[in-house]
Amino acid sequence: MLHTVNKSPFQNTTLESCIRFTRPGDVILLIEDGVFAAQAGTKKSALLEEAMKKNEIHALQADLKARALTNLVPGVKITDYDGFVELVEQHATHAWL
Amino acid sequence: MAEEVKKIMFTVRKPPHGSIYVYEGLEVKLIMAAYDADISVVYMDDGVFALKKGQNTKELGIKGFEATYGALVDYEITKVFIDRESMESRGMTEEDLLIIGEDEDTEEPITPTVVSSDEIAAMMAEQHNILAF
Repeated sequence: MLHTVNKSPFQNTTLESCIRFTRPGDVILLIEDGVFAAQAGTKKSALLEEAMKKNEIHALQADLKARALTNLVPGVKITDYDGFVELVEQHATHAWL
Repeated sequence: MAEEVKKIMFTVRKPPHGSIYVYEGLEVKLIMAAYDADISVVYMDDGVFALKKGQNTKELGIKGFEATYGALVDYEITKVFIDRESMESRGMTEEDLLIIGEDEDTEEPITPTVVSSDEIAAMMAEQHNILAF
């Protein structure tokens, strides 16, 4: 499964819910305001670090750049639009809107 | 050659009435029920509020949909699930759930099935498509 999250974790519990319904090996892709979760040194970094023990976490490059986010939690993979398409090709997707 | 029946899941995570999502989602489910697909619906997060019985939208001036929910089984939508943790953390119990139809033989009312997040995750992994509302 591929799970996309597009909400900021500082305003919304969508990322927490996504992680609760994620099985080991599933991939989580942060897009739009979801990429704020990828920053290192925030109140939500530990949540991401914990999730990364069983799931790959990707963040969409265009959304990171647009928000000037460069200091990311170690292990977060930066994915461009082509990578996004590849992930969608490889998995059934659930959008946590 | 018979094609494999598509497994399609609807997830509902938004509360009812504050936006049109739950209502529109219900419309889509009823339309999809006309096709030969294996449909399931899962209510989680604030979506569980859509399954609370006794909703009265008269003073809001909108139609409401509790009666439509009562016909889900008639539309052969029987796989209706609710996440236990979302339900309990919002102060709801199984007693609060609305009726989605009645048993063909016994005429006993049918309510949504309460499941764990692990069971939902396992069901999600089996789907061809998942549509979120």
